Parts: sequence; C-alpha cells; structure tokens
Amino acid sequence: MNVFLVPWLELAILIPLFGAVAVRFVREVDTAYPLTLGCAVASLSAALAAWVGHSIGMTPAWQPQAWPSFRMDSLNAPLIPLIALLHVLTILTTARVKQNRMSFTTHLFGESIRLATFSCLEPWPLIVLLALGILPPLLEMRRRNKSMRVFAIHMALFVVLLATGWFAVERDWTIGPALLLAAVLVRSGTVPTHLWVADLFEHATFGTALLFATPIVGMYVAVRLVIPVAPDWALSGIVIVSLVTAVLTAGVALVQTEARRFFAYFLLSQTSIVLIGLEIHSGNSTAGSLALWLSLIVSLGGLGLILRSLEARFGLLTFRNHRGLYAGSPIFAVGFALFGLGSVGFPGTMGFIASEVLLDGAIENNVWIGLVMVSVAALNGIAVMRVYFLLFTGAVRTSSLDFSATVRERVAILILLGVLFGCGLVPELFIGNVRQPAGAKQQHEQVHRSSVPPSQ
Amino acid sequence: MSDLQTILGTLVILAPLALMMLLGSASLIGLPLSERAAARAVAVATSVGLSATLGVFAFMISTDVRHVVVSFGDWLHLKAEPPAQSYHFAVRFVFDRLSLPFVALTYVLFGTIGAFATRYMHREAGWNRFFTLYAVFLAGMVLAGLAGTIETLFLGWELVGIASAFLVGFFQDRPAPVRNALRIWIVYRISDAALLLAALSLHHMSGGGDFDKLTGYRETAGVSPLELRSWPIGGSELTSLQVLVVGGLLILAAAAKSALIPFSGWLPRAMEGPTPSSAVFYGALSVHLGAYLLLRIDPLIDASPILSVVIAVLGLATAAYAAIVARVQTDIKSALSFASLTQVGLIVAEIGFGWRYIPLVHLMGHACLRTLQFVRAPSFLRDHRATENAIGQRIARPPTSVFGLWLYRFALERGYFDALIDRCIVTPIVGICRSLDRLDRHATRFLHDESKAVEADAVAAKQELTV
Repeated sequence: MNVFLVPWLELAILIPLFGAVAVRFVREVDTAYPLTLGCAVASLSAALAAWVGHSIGMTPAWQPQAWPSFRMDSLNAPLIPLIALLHVLTILTTARVKQNRMSFTTHLFGESIRLATFSCLEPWPLIVLLALGILPPLLEMRRRNKSMRVFAIHMALFVVLLATGWFAVERDWTIGPALLLAAVLVRSGTVPTHLWVADLFEHATFGTALLFATPIVGMYVAVRLVIPVAPDWALSGIVIVSLVTAVLTAGVALVQTEARRFFAYFLLSQTSIVLIGLEIHSGNSTAGSLALWLSLIVSLGGLGLILRSLEARFGLLTFRNHRGLYAGSPIFAVGFALFGLGSVGFPGTMGFIASEVLLDGAIENNVWIGLVMVSVAALNGIAVMRVYFLLFTGAVRTSSLDFSATVRERVAILILLGVLFGCGLVPELFIGNVRQPAGAKQQHEQVHRSSVPPSQ
Repeated sequence: MSDLQTILGTLVILAPLALMMLLGSASLIGLPLSERAAARAVAVATSVGLSATLGVFAFMISTDVRHVVVSFGDWLHLKAEPPAQSYHFAVRFVFDRLSLPFVALTYVLFGTIGAFATRYMHREAGWNRFFTLYAVFLAGMVLAGLAGTIETLFLGWELVGIASAFLVGFFQDRPAPVRNALRIWIVYRISDAALLLAALSLHHMSGGGDFDKLTGYRETAGVSPLELRSWPIGGSELTSLQVLVVGGLLILAAAAKSALIPFSGWLPRAMEGPTPSSAVFYGALSVHLGAYLLLRIDPLIDASPILSVVIAVLGLATAAYAAIVARVQTDIKSALSFASLTQVGLIVAEIGFGWRYIPLVHLMGHACLRTLQFVRAPSFLRDHRATENAIGQRIARPPTSVFGLWLYRFALERGYFDALIDRCIVTPIVGICRSLDRLDRHATRFLHDESKAVEADAVAAKQELTV
C-alpha cells in the first residue's frame, strides 16, 4: 500500500483533537506533558506526510465524507506543517515551572482548530472554524481572571463582519466585499482595530498569544474569501490602511518598554507589510508576500519562543535598563538577533529574498509604496537591535542559578534556524511553490454566474 | 573563461563564507572552536582567499583579460508574463581592475590583523564572538567588493553593517559601546535603505540589477572589444533622470557608510570596539566601502555633472570638517578616526573630480597606513609620553586667536552634527512614537472598563500570592 494514500491531513487535525480529550482526563503534569508533546509530534508528522504527498501529486485513496472537507492546495501546503511545527516547538520549550499553569487541553484543541482552519477551503466551514479559533485565548484569559473585553469586542466584531459579509456576498449585495474587507482588517489588527493584539499579549500567556497571532490568519481569510470577490478599488484602500498601520506600529514598537508589547507591535508592522504585498496584487508582490508570510511564521515564531523562554526565567521583561542576559544564555541572544533580523530580511534568511521580491513588486506598482515599505523595514530593524541591546547587553548579573538554555530549547532554536537559513539558501523551495490558488477570482465569478437565474 | 579561473574565483568567494559557517555554526551548537583552532581557521581562510585572488590576478595578466565574471546562476528566477515583470536574483562576481586590488587589500589586512588579534584578544571573554563577527565582516567585504550585481552588493553591504554594529558593542557590559553600536546601526540602516531602493529602482528601470547594465561600455576608438566592458571605461545606458535617481540614492548609501557629512558622527563612536576591529574596519576597509561604491558606479558619475559636483563638494566638506575636528580630539583612536575621515573625504572628492586610478591608489595606501597607525596607537602614546619626559615639558601647541576659539568650540562639538540630528530628527520622531503609544494605552484602558480591570488584576495577584 502506498503510504501517501492515507488521509494524512485529516489525521493531522484529528490527532490533537483526540489528544485534547485524552489529556483532559490526565491530572498529573508528568503524564500530560509527554502525551501532549507526543500528540503534537504525531500531528506534525501527519502534516509533513500530507505535504509530501501533495508535493508529489498523490491524493488520498479515501477521504472522509464529512463536513467540512479538508484539502491541500498550492497555498496551504507549506503552511500546515509549519503551523504544526510551531505548536510542537511551543510545547517543547515550555519551561518545567510553567507546565503546571499550561492548559494542555486548550493547547491541543487550539492546534486542531488552527490546522483545520488552514486546511479548509469552503467559506462557511471556514467561518465557523475561525470563530471557534477565538475560544482558546478567551477561555485562558477567563481562567486567569484577566480582563478580556478588548479582545472579545474585536473578535465579536470580526465574526459578525465575516458572517454577514459572506452572507451578503452570496446574495450579490454590494456591501458584501466591504464587510469581508473590514473583517480581515479587524483580524489582522489594522489601525484603528489593532488594540486587541497588544492586549492579547498582555493578558493571555505568551504561548497562547503567539500561536494565535503568528500564523497571520487574517492573511488566509483575505486570500480565501476576500480577494476573489473584492473590487480593485477596495484593495487599493486596504493598501493605504495597511501602509499606515505598518508605519505607526513600527514607530510604536521602536519606543516600547515591555517585551510583550514590543513583540505585538513588531508583529503588526511586519504582517501589515505582508498584507500590502498581497493587496497590491501584482505578480511579484503576491509571490513575495506569500513567501514573506511563511518566513514571518518561522522568524516571529522563533523570536516569540525566545522571549517566552526568557520570561520563564526572569519574569515579565521590561526594557527600562540594560539587562545583560548574554552571558547567561548566549544562544538566546544569537537566536534573538537572527530571528529578529530574519523578520526584516537579513541576508541568507527566508525573509531576504522574499522581501526583495515583494519590494520589487511594490515598486513596480507604485514607487511611494516601495519607499514606505523600505522605511518600515529600516525602522523595524532598528527596533529589533534596540531590544537586543537592551536585553542582552549591560552589566552581567552573577547568580548561583543556571539560566542557560535547556537542551529542548536549544533544539527548538536550532530547528527554526535550520528552516530559516535552509529555505533562505534555496528560496525556490518556498517562493515558487506557494501560490495563491490559480484563477480564484474567475472561479468565483463563474460559480456566481451559474447560481444567478438567467432572468436576473 | 577557463576552469582554473572559475575555480580560483570561486575559492576567493567561498573561503570567507566557509570560515563564517565554521565559526558561526560551532558557536551556535555550543561547541566553539579553541583559540588555536579558530586562529588556524582564520589563517587558512585568509591565505586561501588571498592566494586565489593572486591566482586570478596572475591569470588576468597572463591572458590580457581585464574583466572576469564568475557566475553562480540565479539564486531565484520568477518567470512572469510579460517577461519584463519577471524577477531574477543573479549571483555574479566580477574581477576587474577595481575589485581585484580591493579584495587583495581586504585579504592582506584581514590576514595581518587576524594574526595580530589572535594575540591581542588572547583569553578575552567573547573571543569566539569576535572571530565569528570578524568572519562575517570578511565575507561581507569580499561579497561587496566582487559584486557583479547590485543585489549581491546589498548582501555584502548588510553583512558588513551587522558585523560592524556588533563589534562596536563588543564590550557589551559597558553602556557606552552599546549606545554607540545602536547609533551606528541606525546610520547603517539609512545606508541600507538607500542602497535597497537604488537596487529596486535599477531593477525597475533596466529589468535587472547587473552592474554591466548600469555601467555598460562606451564606444572608444582604439580599444579592444574586450577592454570596452572593463572598469574604468564604461557608459551608462540609463536616461539622465534615471542616472540622477539611482546615483543620488547610491551617493546617500555611500555617504552613510563612509561617514561623510552629515553622518560623520558614527566614526569616532565606532572606536569603542576592540583595537584590531577598529583598525581593520573603521580605519581601513569599512570606511572606504562608500568610496569604493562610488568608484564602482563611475559611469553614472561621468554621465551626470550634477552628481560629480555633489560628490566633490561632499568630499571636500567632509575633509575640511574632519581635519578641523581631528585637532581637538583627546584620545588617540578618535584623532585617528577623524584623520581617516579627512583622507576618505579627499578620496571622495577625487572621485568627484573625475579621477579613477588616483582615488583607488589613495584608498589602498591610506588603508594600509591607517591600519598600521591604529595597531600602533597604544605604544605611540607611550612614546609620546617618553618624548615629553625627555624634553621635560609638554610638546608646544600653537597659540589660538578669537577665530581659533570659535573653531575650537566647533571642533569640540564635532560640528554640532549629532546634536542637530538629535534635535531635528530623532527627538520629534521619538516624541511622536511615544504619543502614539500613550494614545493606544489610553484607548485600551477605556475599552477595558478600568475599574473592573484593576479589580481583576488584584484578584489574580492575590491568587498568585496564595499559590
């Protein structure tokens, strides 16, 4: 039997779901942790198998006739294993002291929902999954007695806009695409609906916030639901709003005094650049934007995991003075610099060529957009180095405690660095292969025409 | 092009990259090389690189070829319809009468200072970090020096920038080096952004980033066809407006990299790094990279009188400024850095005047002399004191006039450039960013219903205390 004929994608989604149920009944952390890690690794293996099967053109012999159905295409094929990897590494790097507070059930449930979201191509199931995906951070904030108003208000707005938007699109109401666009803007944290991102990072655990924000779900919604139906003028409008977001959040990231808020604004600025590339909708900008999306998942994921590991040792990190953490944990320092600079297109990383292609497409479209994007990249580069110097340089604290990276953290950092530089050296691995589904717009128009009675 | 030539050319490029990979990956996996092994690796890499460079040189002399291209194909090629919109990132390196001496100089200085640094940095905390950054810097210089496309140049340019910033902040337990490193990084980001924009503009205008297109040959009677394409004979295929745009951006990039005014403030700050890195980077190579870029794009400068005048004026003004400021420096490394800047200014002015070989020779001579002076700086101070002790008094200084006092103040404040940039650019930008941050925090508190939020936080804090 051919191994690629197994429905690996469905398995990748179901394994963490069943794992979540199983872990729910385990009370001992020492048992729950390896079980959670095992489920995440199994899910990653299944996702990788599905990806390889898709790459060599093998489709599963049998697929569950369930609702919704999941499928891999040229867009989500590399995203799904990458997101599964991020979950594995998040669990792997969870410090022993934090494992008591980590809800393994919520984590696995969240993973299952996220993988299902990125595997889903049908609009209504996708909307339902997107709504379900909001639950893990909400539940966690509730459990931790944190105020969740800002997050809840924004996410409720997102779900309402998304559902009504698609409802309107199906009925060919003019307002439909506009509502969908607004939903994407809210989910992507575009100004002025960006407050929830920093708030989420402040009120949820770092791991949960990281897994919720880093995959850039708004981008997926834009590609699947919005771009096929949105008129060109609306996309141009989003470009302007995203440019403003990119500049403002880059500026705010530059002056942050808390690690979590810095990360939130840095992420917002970089994801806005990805959105701009997508919405410019020229050949190179789209290719660059999709490639930068993958690059950001890796580099921001790595950056976030390092900050999380440091927080596990030193508590909430503030930048009021130099902390001198290099001596205690050099690999965190090196990883922070490489992931941070990788996010803004450091040579040799995935982001380098992706940024070049994206900027080339942007300049082709409009010189001023390119100029602003280059300025944003420069500002973000300065912000990353400022935080690096504040965190890792300064007078060395002597302590009898060992603050160096554990083997698991070291492995996680090296894996992500391997992906970041490996794909950076062979960019055709991901730039040529990640594509927006061909003819999505035309396909939608065709379906729509056939559903409208001839008399209309 | 023969196979031997390709192999030699490849070795020139791969030697520093291999060194960077070796030192970097060993440190990353937590098994750094011993001092002896790392010193040997540095010696081997620089020897191989230099020997291969000399081999290419010998080959060029023996075959009378003046322009050797080593191409590694396209790093990425995205095909599109129409073909004009397709994107390709070509990895090409050019050995010609400009790049070959520059790369040979790079290897000679790196090899010499590498040997010096193995002793100077002996048992220094961060020994591995120093040599890893040293290798990154070498790789950046070689890539930038031999770049045949503007994208490859950008790659090397960025590597040089990041290695510089980290080396300036090498003594990271003290605040001053770190503050200066960040300042330098900011200036380098301006330079990087300008170069990136130039690269993208060039792509947009000519469909590729090849220097051959930017600095194509010019019809010159009595010159062989082979000679037509080689430096310094060329001619731009761009229109005058395009030349002005691309050239202007490249001048901005060069000015920031070579510390020309108004960016001069970073050079003395760079002296916070270890002496070997100050010597080889800011006294000899890095500070000349901007001038080298101007030499590389000389057909653009030839094609635009405006660019020539701007470069000449920029160079002369920098030279005058640095000559004045150097007079009042109270530490030897700062004095040497401004002395370097004076010469760099003159080199840039020479490029603006339309000379080509004179600035190249000037650059090489100055780099060697300044490296020697930097390395000798600590013992020079001792000699100076010994001389004063011998004559029994301070070495006499010339009397000052009223104008001299004004000039003294100007020099002491380093031309007020840093203060001006702080007041006119940095402070307003930071102020706006802080206001935006405050606005966001207020808006978030407003949405949260602050009283409940405070209550919830108090409950959470109480629970944590109980646990």
